[in-house]
Amino acid sequence: MSEPEPTPDDVDAVRRAYWRTNLRYVGVLLSIWFAVSLLGSVLLVDVLDRVEVAGFKLGFWLAQQGSIYTFVVLIFVYAFLMNRLDKKHGLEE
Amino acid sequence: MDLSSLQLWTFAVIAITFAIYIGIAIWSRASSTGEFYVAGKGVSPLANGLATAADWMSAASFISMAGLISFMGRDGAVYLMGWTGGYVLLAMLLAPYLRKFGKFTVPDFIGDRYYSNRARVVALLCAVFVSFTYVAGQMRGVGVVFGRVFEVPVELGVVIGMLIVFVYAVLGGMKGITYTQVAQYCVLIFAFMVPAIFISILLTGNPIPQLGLGSTLKGEEISLLAKLDGLHAELGFEPYTAGKKATIDVFCITAALMVGTAGLPHVIIRFFTVPRVKDARISAGYALFFIAILYTTAPAVGAFARTNLIRTVSNERYAELPPWFKSWEDTNLIAWVDKNGDGRVQYTAGAAFAGKPVYRTRPDDPDAFLRGAEGQILLENEPTPGTNELYVDRDIMVLANPEIAGLPNWVIALVAAGGLAAALSTAAGLLLVISTSISHDLLKKVVAPDLSERRELFFARLAAAGAVVVAGLLGIYPPGFVAQVVAFAFGLAASSFFPAIVLGIFSKRMNREGAVAGMVVGIAFTAAYIVYFKFLYSGPSAADAWLLGISPEGIGFVGMLLNFAVALTVSRFTPPPPAEVQALVEEIRVPVASKGAGEPRSQWPAAEVDAPPDAPPADGAPPSADDAPPAPPR
Repeated sequence: MSEPEPTPDDVDAVRRAYWRTNLRYVGVLLSIWFAVSLLGSVLLVDVLDRVEVAGFKLGFWLAQQGSIYTFVVLIFVYAFLMNRLDKKHGLEE
Repeated sequence: MDLSSLQLWTFAVIAITFAIYIGIAIWSRASSTGEFYVAGKGVSPLANGLATAADWMSAASFISMAGLISFMGRDGAVYLMGWTGGYVLLAMLLAPYLRKFGKFTVPDFIGDRYYSNRARVVALLCAVFVSFTYVAGQMRGVGVVFGRVFEVPVELGVVIGMLIVFVYAVLGGMKGITYTQVAQYCVLIFAFMVPAIFISILLTGNPIPQLGLGSTLKGEEISLLAKLDGLHAELGFEPYTAGKKATIDVFCITAALMVGTAGLPHVIIRFFTVPRVKDARISAGYALFFIAILYTTAPAVGAFARTNLIRTVSNERYAELPPWFKSWEDTNLIAWVDKNGDGRVQYTAGAAFAGKPVYRTRPDDPDAFLRGAEGQILLENEPTPGTNELYVDRDIMVLANPEIAGLPNWVIALVAAGGLAAALSTAAGLLLVISTSISHDLLKKVVAPDLSERRELFFARLAAAGAVVVAGLLGIYPPGFVAQVVAFAFGLAASSFFPAIVLGIFSKRMNREGAVAGMVVGIAFTAAYIVYFKFLYSGPSAADAWLLGISPEGIGFVGMLLNFAVALTVSRFTPPPPAEVQALVEEIRVPVASKGAGEPRSQWPAAEVDAPPDAPPADGAPPSADDAPPAPPR
């Protein structure tokens, strides 16, 4: 934290900015989460099944394999983004 | 099959793994309530990820899921996505903030955030109920594995399982459980992957089951899944890669399971054990990675097993079937009724007979089966008019897989040890939630706030011991409704905890009145719907009467939406939460505490203001109270 001591207003502003960015990350990542699982693997699965890739119908693959891989990646991306955000706002532990 | 050599292998593998678990428990026994409840918050994120994966993957995931998928085809994805997708919600909406909150339990958060002891008690009752419904199945699973392997009564198996869990849950608390779970994860994933890899090579030549699922069959021009669809069409089943359930039902079940996963107390509590907020985030990633290894293999195992089963039994003479068929026939998992008297197994769509197989025995000797012309065991069950002659229990798909594929005895022994590891690790996690709810949430926070730490630790161990006994009894005398109430666990978690916690973090305006009303409406609706259709409904087809075609398994999603709607509406017309509670919400949203504020540890926020709004910020220092043993309240 830089000198001089920040005022309460600065602290509030930092926290608000931090929280807004967090909400934006969560919003984008959960949209992807929804798109691969409930949208792609459930609602649109029959449409995607018309496409065949590497021995799999696409919808079937997304439902039984692809969505799970995506979930794992999403969490690691979130952890990476938030660590960077913590640093940027001086809120690192 | 050489039974004695197999039993020797199994005994050796199980004895070695159990010795490891108990050794770890003695090495890592808990000496304070902080260690007993949350392992002193000193678990590394990687170890917590491994432990969470073992905690999460139960006997059902290990033994039943692949079989379930192999009978459900594409619809099996509801479990694959439902039981993994929740970790994304957990990592982004719950875990980091609850870790920052820094207490021991979910009822702690509900009670403090909604400044209400009543809400705390409701939350702890839900936690105990959810955990008991879940744990009964685990203890039963332990008993069944023991019973099959050593040919001892299931009850004796349950008692052995109880003794093992007793040692490391009562002695070690969360600390002991965490490190045994790490070992149990290694055992169960090895036990699951070895047969899967062998079978993938045998069937497709590809050693990676996830890729084998999409490969062409060895010695044939056709891909595995296309072959399976073809076999299904020949025998009158629906295609394997097509869905059978209504889309809206698949949507609701998947969503309810995902949200329910994120709201289950024994999963959430694991994220209280890591040192920092950032550890909670990354730890959820590790956990899901380790879970995904099994969850992406399971659909491959399901498809392999289905192909193997059809190719082995369909239209074959019973007398020429491989020995595994007869050995599993002895244990009621597979049965054949020769309807047309041709001596061959006709395996087609539909049930062969009503219910589970009941074998006919000699009147003078109840242990001697009556056998038919081909040597098959005769059944009491009334055959159905359909052409199908075969009954297959879904559990056989994992349990018999190594034998079906002709794998060596040590692999079969490994599967038994893996099933036990999966069941024991989940049981221990659930028992800890139960004991914590009683000793911490009920005794310490509601009944006797003056309890000293030593006494509280004593009661925690006592509650754990009591919970082990009750869970064992539920395993020995399973109430008939256990299988039915598992839908409750997820429905309840989805319609109560999840909205209450998410709103508690993401809405500063959410107050006691809104949260309590939301939880009550969500639970009441979900429970009433499940009870009505599972226990009371007597019409011809329950499925026709479902609301919008949503099954009881998926109704928790609707309950969750109702909870959100009611909570948001009621909170608009009632007073906002006190300033201290709003400050608490501000605090948990950022990873570091304000200087001088420390961790929010208010019991009644009115009595203790943790974070004055004008507190100066921390300059990167870790919260002071973080690793200290829990401070006495007030």
